[in-house]
Amino acid sequence: MDRILQVENVTKKYGSKHALNGVSLELGAGKIVGLLGSNGSGKTTLMKLIAGLAQPTSGKISVLGVPVGEASKSLVSFMPDCPLTESWMKVGDALKFQQDFYPDFDLGKAKNMLEFMKLRESDKVSTLSKGMSERLQLTMVLSRRASLYILDEPIGGVDPVARTKILNALMEFYEEDSTILLSTHLVTDIERIFDEVIFIKEGELVLHSEVEDLRLQRGKSIDELFREVYAEC
Amino acid sequence: MTIEFDNNQPIYLQIMNYMKGEIVTGKLKPGDKIPSVRELAAELQINPNTVQRTFQELEREEIVETRRGMGRYVTGNEQTILTIKKEMAQDVLERFFRGMQELGFQSEEILTAVAENIASRTKS
Repeated sequence: MDRILQVENVTKKYGSKHALNGVSLELGAGKIVGLLGSNGSGKTTLMKLIAGLAQPTSGKISVLGVPVGEASKSLVSFMPDCPLTESWMKVGDALKFQQDFYPDFDLGKAKNMLEFMKLRESDKVSTLSKGMSERLQLTMVLSRRASLYILDEPIGGVDPVARTKILNALMEFYEEDSTILLSTHLVTDIERIFDEVIFIKEGELVLHSEVEDLRLQRGKSIDELFREVYAEC
Repeated sequence: MTIEFDNNQPIYLQIMNYMKGEIVTGKLKPGDKIPSVRELAAELQINPNTVQRTFQELEREEIVETRRGMGRYVTGNEQTILTIKKEMAQDVLERFFRGMQELGFQSEEILTAVAENIASRTKS
């Protein structure tokens, strides 16, 4: 199996505080992977490091064998937890913006996704609801032809109906040979779309496993395991 | 098709049991085409890899067969379907017996209870 992501013994310190401590993991191709952890556990830090938006204090990260840096940017499509859009934009502007930035942006796919998401190019970004805004962000990020998609809390703060819509869009539009790493703390709604889950806690990796194996071995849902692991937090 | 998933159980097993149920009860007939991985994943809102695994297992048990370039079909072998039906019945019986034994019933008492139940059903 192709190795899409390799994280080797990565530590990130902010001042004297360890945001991540000796994290190592590998992801194969064609997987949807849940990155789970409570607030402040290091999820966003890990994602930023993989996207190349921050540098690890020590350790190595590579995507398809390419060390994270300028060269890896065309391989990774990142959806941060704050909007990629500006308030003056219309939906159509947001797509153009993304197209200008990334040569791998697929406008045809983006237009299909907009239709699926019930967004119009003439809609103003500033008038979109939280759920609609998340749909737009997802459209912008998934319409790039990348190998690794990193989605930071794509369903946070979104109502259950919109959540279902976003998950369906993920299922519908993800390319089978690419990998999605998706962080969330809302486990129940989303656990059935994962191939694998990674639990991080206080900056350390505590579990990385196939979800069906976990259910088989422990007879528990991922949500229940999550509650066990984070019980004392 | 709708399945109420139990997140405590492997999802591929739940879809397998569901498909077997559809076949045994004749809702899916021998030789019927079954949905593609993509279709079923979208419909059930689950990961395509999970559906793929379900289909692989069903193929391994020779319940569905792949025809190259055409898709997957329910087996035409009635014997295989009969075997699954028996296996599923066996599972139901196992659960029933375990329940009755937990309540303190002995084999003979279970037999009497079943006979009485059947008799009362046929009367009404």
